Amino acid sequence: MKRRPFLKTTLAASALVLSGLFPYSLQAAETIKVGILHSLSGTMAISETSLKDMALMTIDEINAKGGVLGKQLEPVVVDPASNWPLFAERGRQLLTQDKVAVTFGCWTSVSRKSVLPVYEELNGLLFYPVQYEGEELSPNVFYTGAAPNQQAIPAVEYLMSEDGGSAERFFLLGTDYVYPRTTNKILRAFLISKGVAEKDIEEVYTPFGHSDYQTIVANIKKFSAGGKTAVVSTINGDSNVPFYKELANQGLEATEVPVVAFSVGEEELRGIDTKPLVGHLAAWNYFQSVQNPVNTAFVGKWKAYAKAKNLPGADRAVTNDPMEATYVGIHMWAQAVEKAGTTDVDKVRDALAGQSFEAPSGYTLTMDKTNHHLHKPVMIGEVQEDGQFSVVWETESPVRAQPWSPYIPGNDKKPDYAVKSN
Amino acid sequence: MNTALHRLLLLLLLALPWTAQAGDAADYAAANPAKQAKLLQAWSSEPVPERLPLIEALRANRVVIDENKAPFIREGDEYRALEGDAQPVGTPAPLRLNNRLRGLLNTALASHQLYSDDAIERLSAARRLQRSASPEQLPLLEKRLAIEADDAVQEALTLALANLQLTAEDPAVRLAAVRLLGETGAPQARVRLENLLADEAETDDAVRKAAETSLAQVKRKLLIGELLGQAFSGLSLGSILLLAALGLAITFGLLGVINMAHGEMLMLGAYSTYMVQILFQKFAPGAIALYPLAALPVAFFVTAAIGMALERTVIRHLYGRPLETLLATWGISLILIQLVRVIFGAQNVEVANPGWLSGGLQVLPNLVLPYNRMVIIGFALFVVLLTWLLLNKTRLGLNVRAVTQNRNMAACCGVPTGRIDMMAFGLGSGIAGLGGVALSQIGNVGPDLGQGYIIDSFLVVVLGGVGQLAGSILAAFGLGIANKILEPQIGAVLGKILILALIILFIQKRPQGLFALKGRVID
Repeated sequence: MKRRPFLKTTLAASALVLSGLFPYSLQAAETIKVGILHSLSGTMAISETSLKDMALMTIDEINAKGGVLGKQLEPVVVDPASNWPLFAERGRQLLTQDKVAVTFGCWTSVSRKSVLPVYEELNGLLFYPVQYEGEELSPNVFYTGAAPNQQAIPAVEYLMSEDGGSAERFFLLGTDYVYPRTTNKILRAFLISKGVAEKDIEEVYTPFGHSDYQTIVANIKKFSAGGKTAVVSTINGDSNVPFYKELANQGLEATEVPVVAFSVGEEELRGIDTKPLVGHLAAWNYFQSVQNPVNTAFVGKWKAYAKAKNLPGADRAVTNDPMEATYVGIHMWAQAVEKAGTTDVDKVRDALAGQSFEAPSGYTLTMDKTNHHLHKPVMIGEVQEDGQFSVVWETESPVRAQPWSPYIPGNDKKPDYAVKSN
Repeated sequence: MNTALHRLLLLLLLALPWTAQAGDAADYAAANPAKQAKLLQAWSSEPVPERLPLIEALRANRVVIDENKAPFIREGDEYRALEGDAQPVGTPAPLRLNNRLRGLLNTALASHQLYSDDAIERLSAARRLQRSASPEQLPLLEKRLAIEADDAVQEALTLALANLQLTAEDPAVRLAAVRLLGETGAPQARVRLENLLADEAETDDAVRKAAETSLAQVKRKLLIGELLGQAFSGLSLGSILLLAALGLAITFGLLGVINMAHGEMLMLGAYSTYMVQILFQKFAPGAIALYPLAALPVAFFVTAAIGMALERTVIRHLYGRPLETLLATWGISLILIQLVRVIFGAQNVEVANPGWLSGGLQVLPNLVLPYNRMVIIGFALFVVLLTWLLLNKTRLGLNVRAVTQNRNMAACCGVPTGRIDMMAFGLGSGIAGLGGVALSQIGNVGPDLGQGYIIDSFLVVVLGGVGQLAGSILAAFGLGIANKILEPQIGAVLGKILILALIILFIQKRPQGLFALKGRVID
């Protein structure tokens, strides 16, 4: 009676030793490579450097808990230097030379568009952590930032509301590339559908790295004489610093002309004296000032990490929305790999659908079952004197993303699941 | 629930009129944003001097509520109850403001300040009301105007009143208001007059006629402000280009070295400013406002020293070999960028504007001149003057000119050409360093700073004519103003392209640039 189970267990144990333990002991030295593709120099470094550090922190955190599938994650960091074609080159290098299982990267849409053909061709997996213009749904990309209906449209609705100042005229100001152009196209169609006249909408673009905002601020002032005006800024990168400095120096106050920005977070405000900017707005899905236990732990961890790694300006380290999206994205990918039992891209993609994660924003975020986007809450924050935002408006529950905005004609025929773009 | 509470409070307010002040704060604290806005509007049209501290505290965001929704004013770490000396229960939370409430608070504050004893405060209050007074405030303004003694405040009040009198019953009042608005030249007056004229809103012919004249008057004044604004921004951009290019006008213009590392000298100048700022923060926080002045000599000597070292070690071996100089200096520029990246990190560093370089001067209703830009224009002219004096009034300048015009002859006359080359290169680099200090005050300071200015700098020097300081000055201001005239018409992106195309055409026609050196000049 007693021998059989004994025999069984010994057999099972030896089988385990043969099949499981040996490969395991070999694999223990092996790691899963994870690519990080963010600009660490050039005009976008102001925004993207902290995403690289956040990715490294998250990877450390996962490794400390035993890694994924029993293996440690090994980050491979490359610097595409705010140079869009270089993004494609570095992306290809990550996939073919380093053979990474997944890549976390890109900020500007133009960089994402640049790497997209590479990831589709080589069947890579990219997590994109920044709000963007939609109009894309690739099977090789997971979008953990906001689609237009999770950021741009609620922000403009707020500006039109009584609390937001009942704006009637809109000055759409952006950097000249695909994200601001498409977002403004969507916003224009949305505003016109709300009864705003064409003459009450002005669209202006500046090149990347533009630093002379004198004429533009003067034009905003002139435009605002014609009625209650709001500025919708899609300026990206370090141009924001001279823009806000000029706004303050020319005495344009938020009570007269509020500026709502889609690419300015706590990190970008670090380089500016925010006292003259109090009341200007930003729309995101997370702010550092959000009060909940998950966020308190998240911010604390980040500050400790910044101090331990001696990052530049560590004593004033802040978190922001794309950093949160990076953090959520990496954790969700790790969960999906655990669920799929492999890092194989096709299996992980299937496992990602419906994943959920308790995020620092205070909500449990879910990856949509079909459209590769997160369901996210929308928050509008006001700049405070200390460079933080205080939330003045938020949605009651997470909103499902509409990557194909209904305000662009022809989008009603697009499928709500991922298909390759070419 | 909320409305019931509000009604109760209203009832209390009616029953206890003598506790008006404390009641106001409690009312405000209990209301939702829409009700708060209504309250503020009511306060604006019927100001009570006792309410002023409350409004000031609200505007400064110092009003907090405790767990029982009782309002307190925060003073440092202390909380003061608006009545009695109660202490807050639980942790007090600040009352939320939004832009609409902030705007209404500004108006309410202004109408309360009309009762101030200080004429200057009344004047600024009246000026604010010119922009934001609501029709409900008409009786208040009339009442204050009748008892106002100060002339300037009277004038400002009359104007604030005129904005509201456009809809008055009496055509004579409207006529006077319309005439007054014509004299202001404020952007808001234009819209008000246009609205009056549109859709036959004004029926009286005399008023219509006066409104048309006033509108033309306002438009003319606005146009003047706009043109002056454009001229100023052109000058400002020009002064920045000049500061960026002046160093190059010496190293490339006079010495003939194609100096690709010039942009990095600007960058090093900006980083010197950053270092000086850090030193001030650490050792002299009281004098932090003066750090840009202290940064000037530091930046000059740091970049001049680096420039001279480069000249001695690399560039002097390459005189007369332009292609190799170009490649070598380009290499140096890459090395310097990477060096700064290693030392300071790839991200931009924060260089703050001191107080005296923030804000601006209101010249016309639609024209504000920012202090930092005015200072930079003055600084650019100062640097030009200094350079001119150095080149034309000193022995070093004489030697530099002699060497650049005819090296062999100068050497024959006993000029130590090698040392002069080094000094001249150092001077050019030092001036670039000074430019870097100015650039740090208007833009971003990062390792790539110089890359953004190197092309513009070469454009200025080539356009102005190699070998001439006057040419560079004219070219810098010309480019700046042309840029600013084009930008509003066709946008920043196209404007830049068009300027580049125009310069290429110009150089095709006139390769020597605007000014050419005459006489026996030897390269």
